[in-house]
Amino acid sequence: MQAVKYARATSVDEAVQMLRDGGDVARVLAGGTDVIVLARERRRDIDLFVDIKHIPDLIGIDYQAGQGLTLGAATPLYEVYNHPDVKAHYPALVEASHVIGGTAIQGRASLGGNLANSSPAADGIPAMIALGGTAHIAGPNGRRDVPIAEFCTAPGRNVLETGEFIVSLSFPDPAANSGSAWERFIPRNEMDIAVTNAGVYLALDGDTVADARVAIGAVAPTPLLVPAAAEALIGKPLTDETIEAAAEAARQAANPITDMRGTADQRRHLAGVLVKRVLNKAAARARGDE
Amino acid sequence: MTTDERIVVTATINGEERTWLSSSRDSLLEALRERIGLTGAKEGCNNGNCGACSVLMDGRLVNSCLVMAAECEGANITTVEGLAEGDELHPLQTAFLEEAALQCGICTPGFLISSKALLDWKPNPSEEEIRFWLAGNLCRCTGYDKIIRAVEKAAEEMRS
Repeated sequence: MQAVKYARATSVDEAVQMLRDGGDVARVLAGGTDVIVLARERRRDIDLFVDIKHIPDLIGIDYQAGQGLTLGAATPLYEVYNHPDVKAHYPALVEASHVIGGTAIQGRASLGGNLANSSPAADGIPAMIALGGTAHIAGPNGRRDVPIAEFCTAPGRNVLETGEFIVSLSFPDPAANSGSAWERFIPRNEMDIAVTNAGVYLALDGDTVADARVAIGAVAPTPLLVPAAAEALIGKPLTDETIEAAAEAARQAANPITDMRGTADQRRHLAGVLVKRVLNKAAARARGDE
Repeated sequence: MTTDERIVVTATINGEERTWLSSSRDSLLEALRERIGLTGAKEGCNNGNCGACSVLMDGRLVNSCLVMAAECEGANITTVEGLAEGDELHPLQTAFLEEAALQCGICTPGFLISSKALLDWKPNPSEEEIRFWLAGNLCRCTGYDKIIRAVEKAAEEMRS
C-alpha cells in the first residue's frame, strides 16, 4: 500500500473542506472495495482517504410514496437489497445489488461507489439508469444534480470534478402498473463481471406501454441509456414484435469490444437477448403477475 | 511524497477492548496480523476476491484486506480466534473437523467466519443459499462439497 492518510468526515461541509485541502490526491472512501485496491496497486496516486460513511446524509434509505426513493450514496448493498420498500418498488435495484461481488463485498460496497467507479461493466448503473435515477453531488462549488444516465463519460471516468463526491441517489416513485427488472449474462453462477447486462423500467396503461426506459452495460465505454428502445415501445402495445424492436434498438446502440470475457458479436447478441428477458420480467411485474 | 501517519486505534476485538499503534496505511488485516498478533485471518489475494481474510465488523461480514485499520476506531471486530469459547470449539469448527471440510487450511478461517455470519442471519439456510453466501470464499482443495455439508451439519447442531 502506498503511504496514505485517513480522515473521517462527519458532515458534507467537512468532507468538502477535507477534499479541498487534500487536492487531487485526496479520495473519498466509502466501502473501499474499489478504491483501496486502486491505492494498493498504485493505479491511482492517492495520499488521503476521506471517509464519508459517518456523514448522516451518506447512509440510509428513505422511501416516500408519491415522492420516491433516496439512498445515501455510501449505503451498503446488503441494506439496499434487504430493504422492504426497495424490494416492493425497485426490484431492478435488488437484482443488481444482490450480485455485485460476494457477501463480504456487499457488507461494504455501495451503489454510490459503483457509480463513482464508473466501470463500463458496472452492474448497478444500468439498473439505476433504467429507474430514472439522479446523482446529488457536493463539491467546492456547491451542490449540483446529474442524471445517472449522463454521469459516466469513459471507462473509469465521470462528471465528478476534483473535490466533488456523490451525496445521495434519488429515484422517482414508479407509476401505477409499472415494473422494473435487471439481469446480466456471466458464464458461471455468481461472482463474475458481466459479459453484458441490461435494466428496464416499464409502465403499462392497459396493454399499451405508457413509459419505458432501457439501459445496457458492458457493451460500450459507459453504461448506456437507449432512447430508441424506449421509443420502440412507448404508445404501442407490448407484443413480441415491439419487444423485438426494442431489442434491435439495443443491439444497434451497443458498441462493444472483444476481450477475455466475450466477443463484440456475442455482447451485441446478448444485449438483445437480455433486453427481451428483462422487458418480459418487468411487464409481468407491471401486470402484478409476479 | 507523503509519509503515512502513526495512528492509535481502539476497537473491540473478540469481545475485548484493544488499543494499538498502527500506520495510517495499514489494512485491518495487516493490523490484526502484524500489530495485534491475531494471525487467524489469512492474506490470500489482498484484493477482495478470495475471502481468506474474512472477519465480522459490527456484525457484518467484510474482507479485512479491504478495510483500513483507521476505519475501525470504535468498531466491534470478530475474527476466527473469537469463535471458540475457551477449549470448547464452535459447532462450525467441530463440523469442519468431523466432515473433513479442509485440507491445507488456509481458507478455513474465512469459511468459518463467513459461515457464522450466514447462520447468524439465517439458522436454516438451503444448500443454494449456503453456496451463494460462500461464493466469495475460495477453496482450492476440497471441491466445496464437504464445506457445504459441514455448514449444514453445524446449522442442524446449532438449531437443536
